[in-house]
Order: sequence, then C-alpha cells, then structure tokens
Amino acid sequence: MNPTRLQILICAGTGCISSGCLDVETAFHESLAKHGIADEVAIFKVGCLGFCEQGPIVKVYPDNTFYVRVEGKDVEEIVTEHLIKGKTIERLLFKDPETSERYYYYKDMPFYKSQLRVALKLCGIVDPEEISDYIGVDGYQALAQCLFDKSPKEVIDIVKDAGIRGRGGAGFSTGAKWEFAYNVKGDKKYVVCNADEGDPGAFMDRSILEGDPHSVIEAMAICAYAIGADEGVVYIRAEYPLAVNRLRIAIEQAREYGLLGKNIFGTDFSFDIHMDLGAGAFVCGEETALLNSVEGMRGEPRIKPPFPAIKGLWQMPTIINNVETLANIPQIILKGAKWFQGIGAPGNTGTKVFALAGKINNVGLVEVPMGITFHDIIYKIGGGIRNGKKFKAVQTGGPSGGLIAGDDINIEVTFENLQAVGSMMGSGGMIVMDEDDCMVNIAKFYLDFTMEESCGKCTPCRIGTTRMYEILDRITKGQGREDDIKELKALGETIKETSLCGLGKSAPNPILSTIDMFMDEYEAHIRDKKCPAGACKDLVQYVIVPEKCIGCTICARVCPVNCIHTTDQVVGRNKQLHVIDQAECVKCGACLPKCPTKAIITE
Amino acid sequence: MAQTSYDKTLFDKLDAHIDSLPTKQGALIPVLHKAQDIFGYLPFEVQNHIAHKLEIPSSKVYGVVSFYSFFTMTKKGKYRVNVCMGTPCFVRGADKILAKFETALGVKSGTTGEDGEYSLDALRCVGACGLAPVVIVNGKVYGRIAEADVDNVIKDFLAEVEPA
Repeated sequence: MNPTRLQILICAGTGCISSGCLDVETAFHESLAKHGIADEVAIFKVGCLGFCEQGPIVKVYPDNTFYVRVEGKDVEEIVTEHLIKGKTIERLLFKDPETSERYYYYKDMPFYKSQLRVALKLCGIVDPEEISDYIGVDGYQALAQCLFDKSPKEVIDIVKDAGIRGRGGAGFSTGAKWEFAYNVKGDKKYVVCNADEGDPGAFMDRSILEGDPHSVIEAMAICAYAIGADEGVVYIRAEYPLAVNRLRIAIEQAREYGLLGKNIFGTDFSFDIHMDLGAGAFVCGEETALLNSVEGMRGEPRIKPPFPAIKGLWQMPTIINNVETLANIPQIILKGAKWFQGIGAPGNTGTKVFALAGKINNVGLVEVPMGITFHDIIYKIGGGIRNGKKFKAVQTGGPSGGLIAGDDINIEVTFENLQAVGSMMGSGGMIVMDEDDCMVNIAKFYLDFTMEESCGKCTPCRIGTTRMYEILDRITKGQGREDDIKELKALGETIKETSLCGLGKSAPNPILSTIDMFMDEYEAHIRDKKCPAGACKDLVQYVIVPEKCIGCTICARVCPVNCIHTTDQVVGRNKQLHVIDQAECVKCGACLPKCPTKAIITE
Repeated sequence: MAQTSYDKTLFDKLDAHIDSLPTKQGALIPVLHKAQDIFGYLPFEVQNHIAHKLEIPSSKVYGVVSFYSFFTMTKKGKYRVNVCMGTPCFVRGADKILAKFETALGVKSGTTGEDGEYSLDALRCVGACGLAPVVIVNGKVYGRIAEADVDNVIKDFLAEVEPA
C-alpha cells in the first residue's frame, strides 16, 4: 500500500454527524476521485474533537489545518485549493468572534489552549473502528505490562497511588474500590462499565466510546486482572446507537486479536466482555439499579451495604467504573502514578471532562486539569456568554447538582469545592445560564426530570419530589404562597435524608441551591407575581405601548384568540389604538414579532 | 395460544432469536429490545408470548416494559417527531418549540395522533448540544431550530424523510 501524501480527518462524533459531516465525507470521496488524487489522500473518520459548536470539523494533515463548519459545498474548494495547490482557505478557519482573528492551528485557539487531554487523548486521532490504529499508539501495552510484569496487588497500588477518583460523580477512590473486590475471596467476579450516561447535557462518556473504545476495553481487562474477574459487562444507553456500534466493532476486533477471550497474551488470564443496552431509565446510572437492570429486572436500587464490590452482579463481587474513569487507566499504568499525581490539584489528581453547553459561545467537550477555575472554563475556553448577555449561573451535576453563581465561579474545580457551594461534580455536564433564564423555572425543569425518573421504590423520593414539583409549579404560575419556600426547604431536607439511593438523596439539590442563591427571584414570583427573567409564561403580560401603536391591525389579525381590540383613541394616520385584553390573552406571543413598530412589549 | 392479529413470521423471527440465546438468565431486556425492533412496539400479545418463551410470569414482563421509557406499548406514527428536552436545549427554548409542534401537528407531547401520521415526544438529551435546540424526525436531525422554523421543519420532513 502506498503511503498517502495527505490525510483528511473528519470529526464523526454525534455532534458533527448531526451537523452533516457524512455529506462532507461523501463530497470528499467524489471530489478526490474527480481530480484523480484519491490514492494520494486518505480520509479518516475520527472521534469527537470537542468543538461541537463549530462542527463539522475537518483537519488536514500533515500541515495540521483546522477547518470549521465545513459543508459539502466547501469540499471542492478544499480539494482544488488546499490539497492540490497547497493554499489554506482562510474563510473556513476558526474566527474568534471577539477579536476576528483567524486561527491556523487548533493548539493556538483559545478553546484548546487551556485544555489538557488525557481521557480524550486519542479521540480525534485514532480511527475508532480500526484496532491497529490503537495498537499503533501503544494500545494494549498497559495490559501486557500488567500481565507480564506486575502482580494484581501492584496494579491496584499504582491506581491507588495515582489518586484517581470516580468520574461518574461520587469521587470515590478507584484504587480503593478495586482493593475491596480484590480482598473478597470468590471464584466469580465481574467488571462492569457504567456507560448509562443519563445527565441531560453530558456527553463525555459517549464521546469516549465513539472516539476511543479500545482504551475502555483495555482498562476493563486491567481491572479484571487486578481483582480476579473473568467477565465484563458494558451497560450502555440504547439512545447512543453510534457508540453501541463502535463498541461492538471494538470488542469483536479485540477478540480477533486475542486481546479478549481465553488465555490473553498466552497467559492464564482470560476475560471477555459483552454489552447490555439500557432502556431509558435515568436511575440505572445508580450502580445497584444498574445491576438489577443487567439481571433483567426493573432498575430499582438495592439497599447498601452490601456494596457491589462485595455483593454485586448475581451476588458476586463486582467493580463498577464509569467510562471516563476507565479511559484514564491505561495511561496511568504506562506513565506511572507520579505522572498522574502531577496533573490537577492535591487530592484531586488528573483531569475532568466537561460537556460545556447552554448560553455559551463555544459549546463542546472540554478536558481540563482539576483545580482550574470555572471562570477560566467559561471565559477562556468557552469564549464567554452568547449574544453579549450577562452571566447568571453555571449548573453542574445535572439533576443531582446545583448552581454556581456570583464570585463562586472563581473557585477551583475539585470534588470538595463543588460540594461546599451546594453543587457536585456529577458526571460533568456544565450548563451556562444567562440573565434570561428564570431560576425558579430551571429548578422546576430539573425536578420535573427527577420526578419522572424516580423509580418509585421509596416513598420520600416518589411522593416527595411530586409534592415539591406541585409547589414549584404553582409558584411559576403566580399562585405561590408565603410559606412555600419554607415548605420546599423542609421537604427537600427530608428527601435528602431519607431516600434510598443517590437519585432521591440529590434530587432536591437544584431547588435548595437556587433558593439559597436566588431567593429574590422566588420572592418576586410569590409576592409580586412577577418573573424577573421573563421566562415564566403565566407571569408575563403582553402590552401594547400606546405611543408606539400605529393602529395597523396586524397584531389583531394574527391573534389566535381575538383578544386584541380597538379603542376610540386615534393613533397614526387616523387609525385606532389597539389594546390586549389580559383576561383573554393566552400569551402565545404570536403578536410580538409581527408588530412593525415594536409597540408590543412583555412585562 | 391466543388468536394472533400479527404476522406469524414476525413471531417466528422473535422465537428464532430467543432460541439462539446461550442462556435465558437476564435475557428479558435484550429480548424486549429485539421484539420492539421486530414489531415496532410491545403490545400485550407480544409481552405474553415473551413471558411464555422465557418461562417467566407475564406480570414480570409487564413490570419491566412499563418501567423503562424506551419500551412503548402503543404503535408510533409514521413520522416520529422527537424534541430534545435536555437542559442545553431547554435553556435555548426547546419547551416553546415542543408547544409549537403540539399546535402545528395537533398531537399532544407523548402521544400519537389518531390518524397514525405523527408521534410527538420530548426526548432526554441526545447529546448534540452544539446544535441546541434539536429536533429529530425519523432519524433526521434538525439543529438550531427557532419557534418560527417549526412550519418549515414540518414541510421539510414531509418531503424529505422516509415514513416509518
């Protein structure tokens, strides 16, 4: 096979596929064939490059050019100008919205500058459907080292020394967990990878599985060797078809290469993995609910203790690790515990991947060393708030977490700091909110989620979240009562204390945290029946400003309930002033954009 | 056996799958996934059939089907309009888009219209947050949708998307 002169890397994560990267790929194949250079240029589809806001992303190697928002119609120009003549196409380079500067190399871009890729190291570099790519960059070397040079105890000690803590949210020491299972005597043990990423707005685990599935498989094998397991399960969301497919291919290829199955590397270590698809239940991200689901039952949590490391899947010792945690393991083995300790903050070693989304300029997947401040993530990497609006708060930990606002965004990102300000690390969703977001409405949104996803096994969570939701719902509808906040707090604390599993224990967090930080908004809803952000539909009034109305009748014609009437007052060229009948208005907002003089306002 | 109103070949396909499993232990959820692939949904008749084949009570099958939101006991429409309601989509106005679809299609969220043309659902995060708010119709993704785009999206999918 001739080595190719140029390589085209097309980001093929779910984000870029949704924005049309597959059309770009087809266009490249057609154009290259048309110009007769198909054998000089190789095209690879790689895992998530992280900068979803600017997708589809195309990289050209070896000159390392980073093109953004590439469409099928741009491809011909890339081929004729760049690939044939060697000229970079300026207009497809990333342009900083603030400075209007164009960037040739991704490493210079503010979005990538403060990032450090460890768990995502190979995402966007290797072809996830080609095991030889992974092997070519030291893949499965860590497993080989463990099997030949290290005892299980030594492997556990390295992981413990590295100080890595579970990236699924709780932050428990991974090495210590492995040691529990190692110490339990038993012929049958399991390694389970928790890929049931259910937090809305978190997509790091999916990106790792789509972009670099072998690192997870290798890590599971290392864990199995360390604790003495021979069977592994990946529990993955059915909503992630691409990740499921790539993982399936990766497992098959690993088997073909003898890296899964009997007597791996000719040793007496045997280990194999199968996949189990989730079926759309958020609670299954909780480890004991996940185990019940793998066993084919309703995903209801079990009472702990016994912990899964002692009695887990089919009552056998089981280690359950999150995808991102596992993706770190092979590199920890290869580069050593000291190397990992050198990244991040004391007690919070390594990096964390965040899915940055919401009202931020640079939506995407970012990996940063622990200890970075939220301010840096939002303003340096994220490029600040969209449309020049004012920052209000950042939400972490999804439906289990809370908000970080005001000066708190200068805190360093660690498990402890997040807890201290009433939020949590969670799996890594980071949603930025601006002045237009109503915090009461956001609290209601999260509670709606946890109420729906409550499995119903324990009363505090099943009934408690429903009662809290009812209160929040009436507050957002202008029917709030004076003692509602007191009641929300009392209910919240009780649910936290008495629920069976993590879902219930953390469900009140978004509400308690917003009450804590945005009490004034709650009071405005309850006392003044006003939504300061203008987001709660029932508290918004559409009003016509008499000075601006020209009596053109457009608003009255678009009104679906005919609640805009004329008055005797003359405006404009002998026309009649219009008014909105508040009693009949359904607040659909249809009139607002239609008014030619912007006379309709909300208040 | 109950009188079946479904194509027998579909049941044969399901049976062949179940018979090929190495073990029936923990097989219920994977079997339900397969059955939903084959039938499009999981009516009682299919649930009872699975219970019989796996030698477990129908109540257990029903318990599992009703627990997981991925499984549906009603037939979905030809056009399955899914509005992502993950937080990033929500803060960018997905709730208003869902409401607009409800009026435009005449179908309430979470249901299928009587004529079987459209199903409308609010989806948990699909993870295409860079494109928020996102609407997916039979697999085709529409990103960065505004309320005003809803009518155009409907026109587009009626012309471009293969009905299920």
